[in-house]
Amino acid sequence: MAAKTLTINGRQISAAEGSTVLKAAEEAGVEIPSLCHLDGVYDVGACRLCLVEVKGASRLLPACTTVISEGMEVQTGTERLIKYRRMTLELLFAERNHVCSVCVADGHCELQTLAYSLGMDHVRFDYLFPKWDVDNTHSLFGMDHNRCILCTRCVRVCWHIEGAGTKNVSGRGGQSKIITDLNAAWGKSDSCTSCGKCVQSCPTGALFYKGSTVGEMVRDRSKLEFIVNAREKKLWVYQD
Amino acid sequence: MILGELNQLRDREIQSRKKITLRCCMAAGCVSSNSKGVFEALQKAVAESGLGNEVEVRGVGCMRLCCEGPLVSVNQDGAEDSLHVRVTSENAASILAYLKGGKARTTRVDAGMPFFKKQMSIVLSNSGIIDPERIESYIAVGGYSALHEALHEMTPAEVVSMMVQSGLRGRGGAGFPTGLKWDTVAKSPGVAKYVICNADEGDPGAFMDRSVLESDPHRVLEGMSIAAYAVGASQGFIYVRAEYPLAIARLQQAIKQSKQFGLLGAGIFDSQFCFNIDIRIGAGAFVCGEETALMASVEGKRGTPRPRPPFPAESGLWGYPTLINNVETFANVAPICRHGAAWFASIGTARSKGTKVFALAGKIKNTGLIEVPMGTTLRTIVEDMGGGAPEGGRIKAVQTGGPSGGCIPVEHLDTPVDYDSLSQLGSIMGSGGMIVMDDGTSMVEIARYFMEFCMDESCGKCIPCRAGTVQMHRLLDRIARGQATAAHLARLEELCEMVKSTSLCGLGQTAPNPTLSTLRFFRGEYEALLQPEMPGNEECLAGVSGQVS
Ligand SMILES: Cc1cc2nc3c(=O)[nH]c(=O)nc-3n(C[C@H](O)[C@H](O)[C@H](O)COP(=O)(O)O)c2cc1C
Ligand code: SF4
Ligand code: SF4
Ligand code: FES
Repeated sequence: MAAKTLTINGRQISAAEGSTVLKAAEEAGVEIPSLCHLDGVYDVGACRLCLVEVKGASRLLPACTTVISEGMEVQTGTERLIKYRRMTLELLFAERNHVCSVCVADGHCELQTLAYSLGMDHVRFDYLFPKWDVDNTHSLFGMDHNRCILCTRCVRVCWHIEGAGTKNVSGRGGQSKIITDLNAAWGKSDSCTSCGKCVQSCPTGALFYKGSTVGEMVRDRSKLEFIVNAREKKLWVYQD
Repeated sequence: MILGELNQLRDREIQSRKKITLRCCMAAGCVSSNSKGVFEALQKAVAESGLGNEVEVRGVGCMRLCCEGPLVSVNQDGAEDSLHVRVTSENAASILAYLKGGKARTTRVDAGMPFFKKQMSIVLSNSGIIDPERIESYIAVGGYSALHEALHEMTPAEVVSMMVQSGLRGRGGAGFPTGLKWDTVAKSPGVAKYVICNADEGDPGAFMDRSVLESDPHRVLEGMSIAAYAVGASQGFIYVRAEYPLAIARLQQAIKQSKQFGLLGAGIFDSQFCFNIDIRIGAGAFVCGEETALMASVEGKRGTPRPRPPFPAESGLWGYPTLINNVETFANVAPICRHGAAWFASIGTARSKGTKVFALAGKIKNTGLIEVPMGTTLRTIVEDMGGGAPEGGRIKAVQTGGPSGGCIPVEHLDTPVDYDSLSQLGSIMGSGGMIVMDDGTSMVEIARYFMEFCMDESCGKCIPCRAGTVQMHRLLDRIARGQATAAHLARLEELCEMVKSTSLCGLGQTAPNPTLSTLRFFRGEYEALLQPEMPGNEECLAGVSGQVS
């Protein structure tokens, strides 16, 4: 496969043709914050955390869906980008109830980690304190809508890796909600295979194994990776 | 169908015309004030008066002065004789008495008033004249001759080049050059290609596209067919919102008639060209007017936008190259074909060609539909055509572009209406909603109203728009209620800038516009509502603030 050369933050790098800016940057050791991106499923460009500046582009572009081109000049950490990323996180923390100290994912949460790493130490917007429910009807898993950031990783994993098509989004705007089947209780779902891939994919404490208490919800992405590699690279050996 | 048959149909329809035509508006505005009853009363009166051989009662599309409906226009020997307004089923019959030399008990308006005289009709040239429910009525005014000409006298590349030369820009809001878009679709390789007509028209107060569809549906079908020939598509879709039942019914009928006459389907006009059009009905989400969300919806998926590129022209419906244009854009195609690109390019300004249809509404005497050449000033529209503010009021601002646009203050009323002038003032041409505001209108309220609209209509996919509109709305609400400080205003401005720069689609990217534009021209109104900043009270006014634990 042909390679393309581009510069990221002034440094010249090369990456395989067809790679996204996110992938190319990762390979070059440049970290671009992301939330809705998950290796192995297609990207939707929804969280806007990975926005970068590309010379000549009239708008900021999401690194996860922008394909590299020859001679591209990318900036990943300008003052403006850092400010926007912090604000994006502030908006998320204000939107639902992210109380880390009593969350199953405390210490293992991508949202929390990003907030620390981007220096988002307080929220300047009104906390909305919405009253979302918790679906505990499934025998193995639980879903706490209060912790959901609507990244739709679980939906994409459910449709495109497991192929069950159980998870979906209902409503719109701030009233959007992850549902199972046609808004049935998870435990009553006919299509759910109880594979747990959605739980593995979730960046926050929204999806969890039943029985986990504060800070115990640790995810194991290697299982998802295994299936993706098996499919895409025909690698059928599970490396623990 | 061949050309001879088309001409025959046209001649037969013209010959069957009677000396006098009573045109009764049957578009949604007048229908809602009982124009159906007026139509029936007129028919009955004609039958009873024995004038059946001389007088024809015709249901037509919008006659534009919607605020005065139902409208009936009397035409003798091809010329407009009088325009009757607010006609009722009771006084309709007296129009017949008037024709016999007696007195009409209806109210009449001067058809020569500036509201009508300053208009220029391209898109609406048949509106209010032909019967939208009969294809023969459209053929009689030259309908489908442009399609014939394109198919038999031009190559697809020539049609594309004609569109480029005409300078037509998309009427759906952004003003993208239509010829360039057609060219891209024509050149994109694909085993299938699609043409979509965007008739989702979601801006509050806008009804231009609805009027075109209700008044002259065949014009849109003809435009789409010419486009399909130019880009190499054989299937078209019209995406129309469910709130437009009359437009949907007229479109369905028009498609059926076109198929019967061989103007849609296989081998149109005895050529190799095949084209079909299906209707898709939207379920009432504003965001489904955004092209990528619209296409997801046509595919049967949740209507949410996706990042572009790839643009629909390269990868659209089911991944195939797709041409998507607005109703009014397609409505301009047949006239350009018939009269030539140079004719079209001679109308308007240097960078905005042709005419624009506006739905004129708000605090103004004459409201309704207007079509004016690009470059007409806002003052002409508002003061001359609209008749200015009703008694006692003073015009304060004109809003264009709906929830994506801005407010232009009265000082700038001499601004010509074209894409560039409006965007220089922080507004946009938009799809054609134009709301006039008088000095009783609070600009903060306007900003809050449009923000609420965007908040309710956000699809929820991306964070800046989903959560940002909620917070901007809260801040605007706080300011409007007099519970905000300068710090809140600063936070609002910061958020506006962030949401504009980071949102995924046009909805979020433009949601801050009404707020930013009212802040630009009416900042004083915001500041007058702010509370003094006291040491230590900032946090308390801001509500709860917290830390990541
Ligand atoms: C939120 C949103 C709503 C839109 N609604 C409409 C609409 O109702 N009708 C329309 O023609 N275009 C609408 N557009 C613009 C379309 O995405 C697209 O640009 C347009 O249909 C292209 O046609 P044109 O080139 O003929 O203007 C909307 C865009 C956005 C971002
Ligand atoms: S449940 Fe988790 S994975 Fe699913 S949308 Fe919410 S945060 Fe994302
Ligand atoms: S900007 Fe708003 S409407 Fe557009 S994708 Fe984002 S959330 Fe959806
Ligand atoms: S990771 Fe790119 S937009 Fe979310």
